[in-house]
Amino acid sequence: MAILSKEEAQAILKKVIGFSKADSCEVSLNGSDGGNIRYARNAVSTAGQISTMSLGVSSTFGKKTGVATINEFDDASLQKVVKRAEELAMLAPENPEFMPPLGPQTFAESNTYNAKTAAMTPDTRAEMVGKSLSVSKAAGLDAAGFLENSTRFNAIMNSKGLFAYNKGTDVSFSVTVRNKQGTGSGYVEQGFNDLDKMDTLALSKIAASKANGSAGAKAIEPGKYTVILEPLAASDIIGNMFRGFDARSADEGRSFMSKKGGGTRLGEQLFSENVNIYSDPMNTEIPSSTFTGEGLPVKRTQWVEKGIVKNLSYSRYWAAQKNVQPLPFSRSMVIEGGTQSLEDLIKSTEKGILVTRFWYIRSVDPQTLLLTGLTRDGTFYIENGEIKFPIKNFRFNESPVIMLNNVEALGKPVRTGSGLIPPMKIRDFTFTSLSDAI
Amino acid sequence: MKRKDFLYLSGMGMGALLLPNLSAFGTPIDPLQALDGVDVKIKKELADVALNAAKSKGATYADIRIGRYLNQFVATREKRVQGVANTESYGVGIRVLANGCWGFAATNNVTKDAIAKAAEQAVAVAKANAKIQGEPVQLAPQKGYGEVSWKTPIEINAFEVPVKEKVDLLLNVNDIAMQNGANFVNSVIFAVNEQKYFASTDGSYIDQDVHRIYPTFNVTKVDRESGKFKTRNALSAPSGKGYEYMHARPEDKVTGIVTRYKDRYDMLEDVKEAARVANEKVKAKSVEPGKYDLVLDPSHLWLTIHESVGHPTELDRVLGYEANYAGTSFLTLDKWESKKFKFGSDKVNIVADKTQVGSLGAVGYDDEGVKCKKWDLIKDGVLVSYQAIRDQAHIIGLTESNGCCYSQGWDDVQFQRMPNVSLQPGKEKLSVDDMIKNVEKGIYIIGDGSFSIDQQRYNFQFGGQIFYEIKEGKIVGMLNDVAYQANTQEFWNSCNSICDQSDYRLGGSFNDGKGQPSQSSAVSHGSSTARFNGVNVINTARKI
Repeated sequence: MAILSKEEAQAILKKVIGFSKADSCEVSLNGSDGGNIRYARNAVSTAGQISTMSLGVSSTFGKKTGVATINEFDDASLQKVVKRAEELAMLAPENPEFMPPLGPQTFAESNTYNAKTAAMTPDTRAEMVGKSLSVSKAAGLDAAGFLENSTRFNAIMNSKGLFAYNKGTDVSFSVTVRNKQGTGSGYVEQGFNDLDKMDTLALSKIAASKANGSAGAKAIEPGKYTVILEPLAASDIIGNMFRGFDARSADEGRSFMSKKGGGTRLGEQLFSENVNIYSDPMNTEIPSSTFTGEGLPVKRTQWVEKGIVKNLSYSRYWAAQKNVQPLPFSRSMVIEGGTQSLEDLIKSTEKGILVTRFWYIRSVDPQTLLLTGLTRDGTFYIENGEIKFPIKNFRFNESPVIMLNNVEALGKPVRTGSGLIPPMKIRDFTFTSLSDAI
Repeated sequence: MKRKDFLYLSGMGMGALLLPNLSAFGTPIDPLQALDGVDVKIKKELADVALNAAKSKGATYADIRIGRYLNQFVATREKRVQGVANTESYGVGIRVLANGCWGFAATNNVTKDAIAKAAEQAVAVAKANAKIQGEPVQLAPQKGYGEVSWKTPIEINAFEVPVKEKVDLLLNVNDIAMQNGANFVNSVIFAVNEQKYFASTDGSYIDQDVHRIYPTFNVTKVDRESGKFKTRNALSAPSGKGYEYMHARPEDKVTGIVTRYKDRYDMLEDVKEAARVANEKVKAKSVEPGKYDLVLDPSHLWLTIHESVGHPTELDRVLGYEANYAGTSFLTLDKWESKKFKFGSDKVNIVADKTQVGSLGAVGYDDEGVKCKKWDLIKDGVLVSYQAIRDQAHIIGLTESNGCCYSQGWDDVQFQRMPNVSLQPGKEKLSVDDMIKNVEKGIYIIGDGSFSIDQQRYNFQFGGQIFYEIKEGKIVGMLNDVAYQANTQEFWNSCNSICDQSDYRLGGSFNDGKGQPSQSSAVSHGSSTARFNGVNVINTARKI
């Protein structure tokens, strides 16, 4: 079993620190236990059960650091990995950006673990995939999907007395349903910590409905359109923006947050007033670890308030250079929305395009965060508050910064990927060409 | 250890590590510790344990891969060494056919008992999945080769070159960039050694030692006054060679408006030009959108070949096995069956080749024991074949596999991966200068940049590193904000000329992703400079 309790993890880490002869030593221990099923053409193609645990040791003499890892845990192996890290440290060049280990910190207890998810078995997975296949087979459609679950833990300790432990669970599911003629396709994707929230039957029905509904797509001219982005589509684009919230690259002049003439755009109104973005590891819908890999506590942080950028993330090194407090970034981003459903957003739209998801998104220009990519698996034309007909997929060229300046309405946020994201109604979204892909 | 674990470690405040976004890492080790492979006699004994255990449990076919995967990264930024890491991953993966269905299990416990147990688990998985399986797997016959071996023909093992030599080179690269006007520079050397042993119930025992190397850098120029910044990446190609790749000879250099490289790479020369180009890019004019004739250098065209030819000719995509992830393909079986589907112009001949010397995909045998070969995908512009492995061969009427099965590690199941896919050079003598002389309104693109293509590989958009405007047969200046969009079939049908063999070069990808859970593979794509007429170019400049 690769999942250790807090006490079991602490005992191993203490032993490892005890073997250290370096000026300072940081140790991490992490493990995961889980499995997956992949299926296509309405049949299982591969399945696996994976259990792993590994230990990482970082030893430092002065500003020279060496790292080694191992996945054996007898005393001789633990001594060996510490020795190896120390040997590498002696060989390593000095790191002028070295930051000494943190002392003891206080961390909130996370809510990332769910016992039912942790108890999943190959049979549980087969049953969940079976429900998905029942939908596609009954409807005369083809399903290709992937179901994966894991329980994981990580613990860190250093020679200055810091210790932190977290245990969590995840279950994720995605399925693409296509009609036999290859003229329609639908997709869903969901991930949760809690297995009870995952309904593969209901999700597969949505994908099947989109597969049938998207058949016979018409071509309309590319151009600027009002779009309603389902949360997955919105997340696909906006997720690319968050790494630009790094203070260092902004200060260095190589980020969309860099200011002409020097400095950063912190405090500027970059987005529409209805855009509010924060992260909070304790959010019950999207919980995450309350500490970083080096032991900094992660707390609720407001990144954007009423369209104004309120914070940039600072590594410990860059914070020391700028004489500010370090501020770690979080994976669990929340974009606040309203109470409207996706259907409400459609009803309020005179002319527009509903986008299920985007695909193959790549950066075109880091200066403006211009991205390109395509719609996929269900793109529909809306007129007078109703979906009128499926349309052919588009390529877009758009920046999330421009997009969040053109927000007309936000719906109720839902968990998608590692964010809690609302459906979005955006005006003047730029589609540049048509795709024949289905 | 997987990529996500390694990235987690690098986030521990561990100053000695800074890793590029690359897959399939292993456990950090002493650089020289694992260079001597495990004795082949021991591997054969272990393999027989797996094969016998699988057969005794009812497998009708079984194979085992005993793999030791070594990686080395040296990464620097300006005057600093950001990370030096050596990693190792060692274990076995066992695949079986039982009750007509595949099963797979892997273990890092390389003992006879653990291997026998893993073989039994693989059979159990196959039998469990057989209950919901459709048609039974049909495996193309494969003769056993007995005990054979293959090794990448390297001159210098990159793992035997002292880390200090690599550090000194990269810091020198950075110094040249800064002296020539760059504001920031990152540089990396990444070396890979796959020590792979394959055995199967067909009677093959195949020992292979595969080497790859990838040096690269990124130079950034910031103009504080205008608030603009521009970058230029290295024009190196990742390569299936040893450290001799870093020792360029005069004959390896392709001169022109920018120096490019053939079989070996001069990192110091390239970074000097990169800094100059980054400076020029800050001041270059923005492109006027419209139709242009594109002259595409092999350092750029490899990526277009990869996305628009390599992926859509993968048979597993055509059949729907990637539908939930990377997508399907517009090159459906009916197009191949017609034997007249016009993929490109008559000048377009594209081959798959797992034997090409110096390429990333070159091996002697694939990961299901098939001897590698070369075959046609597009002949005189017509689609003639796909990339198939043993359980797909019968679908396109083949009596044997194409030999393009691969797994990124011992603990991942092998599946169909792209071989080297390359555009053949023109048959008539034609230089780049001669080609440009005949272009009225065009753009000459060097180096790869932004890339995106739809899930059936019709609509694509590509950027690049350097763009030169061509007017009336002459290069007249540098352009910014260039991307071209096209439909794959229309694009390849617009190919009007290809330079001859003397201009042929390889590009490639060190980390091509596919599958769920996703796996990475390395693949090369060769071409000579080629011209495509009347392609739609857009302007990518925006104001925020």
